[in-house]
Amino acid sequence: MREAILFFLIVVAGTGGELCVSRAMKTAGEVTDFRPASLLRFLLRALRVGWMWAGVGLMAIAFFSLLGMLAMEAVTFVVPVTALSYAAGALGAAWFLRERVSSQRWVGVFIVCVGVTLVLLSKR
Amino acid sequence: MQASRGIHVKTYFMLALMILFAPLGNVLLGKGMKSVTAPASWQPAALVRVAGQIVGSPFIWLGVASLLTFFVAYMVVLSWADYSYVQPASSFSYAVVALLGYLLLGEVVTPLRAAGIAIICLGVFVVGRTPPRTTEPV
Repeated sequence: MREAILFFLIVVAGTGGELCVSRAMKTAGEVTDFRPASLLRFLLRALRVGWMWAGVGLMAIAFFSLLGMLAMEAVTFVVPVTALSYAAGALGAAWFLRERVSSQRWVGVFIVCVGVTLVLLSKR
Repeated sequence: MQASRGIHVKTYFMLALMILFAPLGNVLLGKGMKSVTAPASWQPAALVRVAGQIVGSPFIWLGVASLLTFFVAYMVVLSWADYSYVQPASSFSYAVVALLGYLLLGEVVTPLRAAGIAIICLGVFVVGRTPPRTTEPV
């Protein structure tokens, strides 16, 4: 039961956090200057976007859940399970970020998920 | 044309950083957490003891540093590329985490798991042939 809760938090909070961060970064604008000072200014600008803080909070929850799972299970099991977020991520990108997810990308995501499923089954 | 090539080059560079540092961070965290004694209960005192063990592990700090590097690369690439492109493309990291898990932690990678990883890489190849950006900058 504890594992199921932790996996749920890793997938849901992790995906939600990434979507929020992605939305914040789209608002902050494209990085065109890679000098450290410019990158720092860009990060500070991103931190002024509310979605960034929501994303960081959700990703922190996912991170501590990941730590809990890594204490109990092998890395080569835990990390592939976190890829359950791929389906949620693609759906979220289309719905939350208004991205046009092409059919080819959907096929790629589906193939990735099949592979992840096999990895999961290999534990049994 | 030149701009299109440029956006692909910088996207692939950032993805390479993500693919290297995310698995490395996870493996280091895994190594650190394996040395932590599981809490006997969810009582605050027990959790504080566990937190102390976690904070005192150098592998945890190295893992956090690796994941921070991954996170910066991830944020930067998301400033121009779609989330639905970046997330699947970064799944090459599953092959790397399996390799590092085997080499550094001695974990078993069965043929079924290896097949699953190969299929993941195929999926990544399919995703990688789509353009990085399908939306206009905000």
